Amino acid sequence: MATITLSALRHSYEPDPSRDEDWALKRLDVAWQDGGAYALLGPSGCGKTTLLNIISGLVRPTEGRVLFDGRDVTDRPPDQRHIAQVFQFPVIYDTMTVRQNLAFPLRNRGVDAATIRDRVEEIAAMLELTDRLDRRAKGLTADGKQKISLGRGLVRDDVNVIMFDEPLTVIDPHLKWQLRSKLKELHQRVGRTMIYVTHDQTEALTFADQVVVMNMGQVVQVGTPVDLFERPRHTFVGHFIGSPGMNVLPCEGLDGRHALVGGHAVAVANPDPGAPARHMEVGVRPEFVAFAEPGEAGGLPVAVTRVRDAGRYRIADTRLNGTVPITVLVDEDTPIPAEDARLVFHPDHTRLYADGWMVGAQPGGAA
Amino acid sequence: MTKTVNQKAWLFVLPVLILVAFNAFIPLMTVVNYSVQETFGDNTFFWAGLMWFEDVLHSPRFHDALLRQLTFTFTILAIEIPLGVAIALTMPRRGVWVPVCLVTMALPLLIPWNVVGAIWNIFALPDIGLLGQVLNGLGFDYNFTRQPGAAWFTLIAMDVWHWTSLVVLLAYAGLVSIPDAFYQAAKIDGASGWAIFRYIQLPKMKRVLTIAVLLRFMDSFNIYTEPFVLTGGGPGNSTTLLSIDLVKVALGQFDLGPAAAMSLIYFLIVLLLSWVFYTLMMRNEDS
Repeated sequence: MATITLSALRHSYEPDPSRDEDWALKRLDVAWQDGGAYALLGPSGCGKTTLLNIISGLVRPTEGRVLFDGRDVTDRPPDQRHIAQVFQFPVIYDTMTVRQNLAFPLRNRGVDAATIRDRVEEIAAMLELTDRLDRRAKGLTADGKQKISLGRGLVRDDVNVIMFDEPLTVIDPHLKWQLRSKLKELHQRVGRTMIYVTHDQTEALTFADQVVVMNMGQVVQVGTPVDLFERPRHTFVGHFIGSPGMNVLPCEGLDGRHALVGGHAVAVANPDPGAPARHMEVGVRPEFVAFAEPGEAGGLPVAVTRVRDAGRYRIADTRLNGTVPITVLVDEDTPIPAEDARLVFHPDHTRLYADGWMVGAQPGGAA
Repeated sequence: MTKTVNQKAWLFVLPVLILVAFNAFIPLMTVVNYSVQETFGDNTFFWAGLMWFEDVLHSPRFHDALLRQLTFTFTILAIEIPLGVAIALTMPRRGVWVPVCLVTMALPLLIPWNVVGAIWNIFALPDIGLLGQVLNGLGFDYNFTRQPGAAWFTLIAMDVWHWTSLVVLLAYAGLVSIPDAFYQAAKIDGASGWAIFRYIQLPKMKRVLTIAVLLRFMDSFNIYTEPFVLTGGGPGNSTTLLSIDLVKVALGQFDLGPAAAMSLIYFLIVLLLSWVFYTLMMRNEDS
């Protein structure tokens, strides 16, 4: 068990990185607390797998250090780091039974037979594999195989961190949910640090206590699911997380505590005191936008272009000045005005963003 | 859903059927026909029943040739399969050397078989050949045209040189198809190099190795051209393999009946042993 610290890390697959784009991972400093359930969330190609492989030791970072409990392990191979990893596609040893698969990491480490037997039975029970222990691993379904991969990490008692690289990719949709809750349950039971890489926000938000959002080789925000939803530090987090994503509206300027959007003043929670030259935007989630009551004054006049029914709520697509799209979430019972539709934003959840970053938050995105 | 019956499809299969009929089925049936008849020339045939089959099965000459054939086939399999796997394991998986290695490996396979025989014949000649000169120079008494042992050594060396590449290429194809995740998982599980070979590489190569064993078994069991050019079956009968013996019976002595019976027995042995190999190697699949 250990706290994992990534210090001043940078990585490039190019032999001689010079330009900014050469870096698969831009400079980052992240600390992973012992016993935490983390998700590493981001679109394909954002560097999440690279980051995971750096922690596990399969990839050596170009710059920076990897520390386990303050000990520098940057140059240590995976088997000396005491980590476990579950891969995207199930990795099992075809010729072995489930029991032999689970025992394999222990046998390689010279653990005695009695201990191996007890450990394997214990972990098999935890993973609900007991009835299949003496079957050939090859015959199991994809979810069974992923459980074996995970089990090979769980049998070892020296594991600092278990890492998952999009482990549900090949699992049938109806089993995904099951396996996900199983993982959550196991995390609470064994108390090991777990890092879960995914590009699926539902997986990340349901599994993790802390979500690390990455984009273009950079960590843009580390926070609880609630943080990411209510206080996205970057417009990327705003529209990557949430369905539909955050409205990001062009902002022409500031007027005291108000931002100007399409010629209208909008109250924002974080008016910028200075540096107005930067590219300014206003971000507000569809959940925090509402239609103004008929008698209510103010609001942004919009035209409703489309209404979609999403079950317990409806999604209204509107346009401000005929060009700027704004999405609104509306309860089932709330009427959508047919004409003179005006939108009001919740002032505490309407924020100003400069060059993509939330005004008032430090760019760089470290925890 | 209505099922569309399109009888015209048969027309498209017809050319293949005709081709197979003329190059395989009809010749095979001709052989069956010869195998149960006796001829005294003049194109007159008499029913002979299973006489030729009994003759061949009781013939010491056939037994000897079969024994030599089995010895040859199992020796080259025992050398070529492990050697091929070993070479494939040492080949680079990525980088500029991959095409170089592949082309080098494929070269022996591109040489016509009779040329392979001729190359080795000259290469191994004790007076002018490089191999023969070197071996004699090193103090070995080596003359493959006179010594059965030396003839066997040369024959097997030639086959290993000619065909190990095939096993290498097949094994290599199996190796490169293993996803990196397997090696990474093995590293994390603390597996040794031997364990990686035994539990990842070998099982993943199993299918292509099965094909390699079958191909090498069938081809080596039917081998004719190279030993014919290299030793002509000699010295004496020491390297007379089944196919060489068969040609001697059929074309040398023109004994059509016994030759036909021998061909069929030969064919059935290849078929039977191929089936045994396949069943043994695949018995644990998909269980």
